[in-house]
Amino acid sequence: MLLDSFHLGLVLNGMLASRAFSLIGKRAISTSICMRGHGQAGVVKAEDFSLPAYADRRDVPLPEVAFVRDLSAQQKALKEKEKASWTALSVDEKVELYRIKFNESYAEMNRGSNEWKTVLGGVLFFLGVTGLFLVWQKKYMYGPIPHTFSDEWLAMQTKRMLDMRINPVEGISSQWDFEKNEWKK
Amino acid sequence: MSSALLPKPQMRRLLARRMKFHLFGAFFVSVGCAALYKFGVAEPRKRAYAEFYKNYDPMKDFEVMRAAGVFESAQPK
Repeated sequence: MLLDSFHLGLVLNGMLASRAFSLIGKRAISTSICMRGHGQAGVVKAEDFSLPAYADRRDVPLPEVAFVRDLSAQQKALKEKEKASWTALSVDEKVELYRIKFNESYAEMNRGSNEWKTVLGGVLFFLGVTGLFLVWQKKYMYGPIPHTFSDEWLAMQTKRMLDMRINPVEGISSQWDFEKNEWKK
Repeated sequence: MSSALLPKPQMRRLLARRMKFHLFGAFFVSVGCAALYKFGVAEPRKRAYAEFYKNYDPMKDFEVMRAAGVFESAQPK
C-alpha cells in the first residue's frame, strides 16, 4: 500500500521527476513515508477547501453537496421523516427540506440588482473629471495651434480645393454652385 | 409561501424555440441591413455618378481649372 501511494505520487509529479527519485533513494523515501504514516493519525485531515463545495450556479442545477452541512436535531428528525412517504410532509416541511439542500432558488439567484446605476454613474463621473482635466490642459498646457487653422487660411484653402474640383461627384465641389459663386442651398 | 400553484413552465424544446427565433431574426436583420445599404448608399451613389458624367466636358473643366491657376505645367493664358 505504501508503494501504491508512492507510485501515485510519482505519476502525479511527472515522469522526469520519477526517474530522478528512483535513482536517488527509493527505499529511503518510502521509509520516511512509513515513519510519518504510523507516527500520527494515519490519514491527513481533509481541509475544508479540498472537499466538494456548494455553489449557486445557473448552469449547475444540482450541486455536489447540500447547502446545510451540519443539521440541527430538528433538521435531522425531518430528514428521517423524509425517508417515509412524502405525502405525509407538510408544505412547510417540504420547503425546509429544500432550504437544507439549496441556498437560493433560481428566481432568487437570477434576481436583478441596481448595480448598473452605480456603474453608469461612476463611468459618467470619471468621464466628467476627464473633461475638466482636458479643459485645464487646453488652457494652461498646450501652446498655440498652427497658423494654418486661422479663418483666412481656411478660406484660401477651401477656394483652392474648389478650384481643383476636389471630390466633384459627391464631395465638397458638388456642394458649391460655380455659376453663382456660392454654396448650394 | 402561498399554496396556489404556479403555472407549469415550458419544459421542452427550449433550444428549438430559441434557434427558430434567432434564425429568423438573423436572416431578416442581415437582409434588412443589406437592403438599407443598397437603397441608402449604393443606389444614390450610382445615380450621382451617372448625373455627373451625363453632361461632363473634360476639356472645358480643364480650361476652367487652368484659368484658376492650380496647374504647374499648364499656366493660365
